[in-house]
Amino acid sequence: MSAQEQLLLAIADDELVLGWRDSEWTGIAPVLEEDVAFSSIAQNEIGHARAIYQLLAEDADALAFDRSPEEYRSSQLVELRFVPDWARTIARRVLYEAADELRLESLKSSGDLAVAGLAAKIDREEAYHRMHAELWDDRLGREQRYRAALQELLPYALGMVDGGRRGDLAARFGLTEVDAIERGEHADGWVELWHEMTEVRRSIPGAAW
Amino acid sequence: MVTAKAVWSALAEVEDPEIPVVSLVDLGVVRDVRVEGERVHVEFTPTFLGCPALEVMRDRMAEAIESLGGEAEVEVIADDSWSTDRITPEGREKLRAAGLAPPAPREAGTPKLLQLMSAVFRCPYCGSTDTNLENLFGPTPCRSIRYCAGCRQPFEQFKTI
Repeated sequence: MSAQEQLLLAIADDELVLGWRDSEWTGIAPVLEEDVAFSSIAQNEIGHARAIYQLLAEDADALAFDRSPEEYRSSQLVELRFVPDWARTIARRVLYEAADELRLESLKSSGDLAVAGLAAKIDREEAYHRMHAELWDDRLGREQRYRAALQELLPYALGMVDGGRRGDLAARFGLTEVDAIERGEHADGWVELWHEMTEVRRSIPGAAW
Repeated sequence: MVTAKAVWSALAEVEDPEIPVVSLVDLGVVRDVRVEGERVHVEFTPTFLGCPALEVMRDRMAEAIESLGGEAEVEVIADDSWSTDRITPEGREKLRAAGLAPPAPREAGTPKLLQLMSAVFRCPYCGSTDTNLENLFGPTPCRSIRYCAGCRQPFEQFKTI
């Protein structure tokens, strides 16, 4: 796999797993508007994962669901399970969207036109996720629990972007750059999530739905 | 013998599965039709990548082409070439009549919160511009929810993309 393909696979895995985690709020979010928002965001993220898997493989479902847990390239930031902690959930959304914007920015100028075109499409859709994050960051910005959650999760978000952009990412939240938690290890709870995500495909190999 | 014109007319009858008042041609998602003998090649751009209706749209287009006696090949083009600016004037009017406010024009760069908070959005029911953003997200990926202070009704706004 080329470096670009590895990056694309990491992004697709992040979007798939975060979509799964965000969908855990469907039906139990603090207000009805957020039930709708989290369900819609989750659906979009999984749609992005699908489009990227389709660039990488003939069979997107096989790539998405037929790997062993160690083969996924997802960041621990998206794997962590936060329900019912809203402060951490929002801190993750805010940090994830900021880091995702930086990496989409570089993909949009890729020499591979299929990649650049898809990145531009995804970026336009993500703009709505960024607005949602901005609204919540404004609302919770002074809350101690939210500030602590940003601080706690920052090292994971830094691991999502290139070394040269980490200082800027931290500064966006008024934080100083700390050691990043790099992609590679998986979070506690990842294997349980993998079991849930892949259950149908493991029970009925090749199942499509 | 299938002609491109017949294919376009048939596709103009294919409804959007989630907003049946508009057809796929009204939405501007059918980008190109090429006929080579029996083979009909259609290029199609998704509205939102997370749209659950994509497969249904593709299958319905294939059925419409097959009912003309053609052999359908529907290619999905997942890039930034579709924008809500491609919705036809007829499509926008049909959306409005169904209580779904048509999208604002796409501007340079991605949409910003400030634009959605401050720009003028007109209520599709009473025409008032005294409306505000209730939720960026709605029942499908392509819609937001606004509220009209004029007629005191919530309404759906097609997102600009």
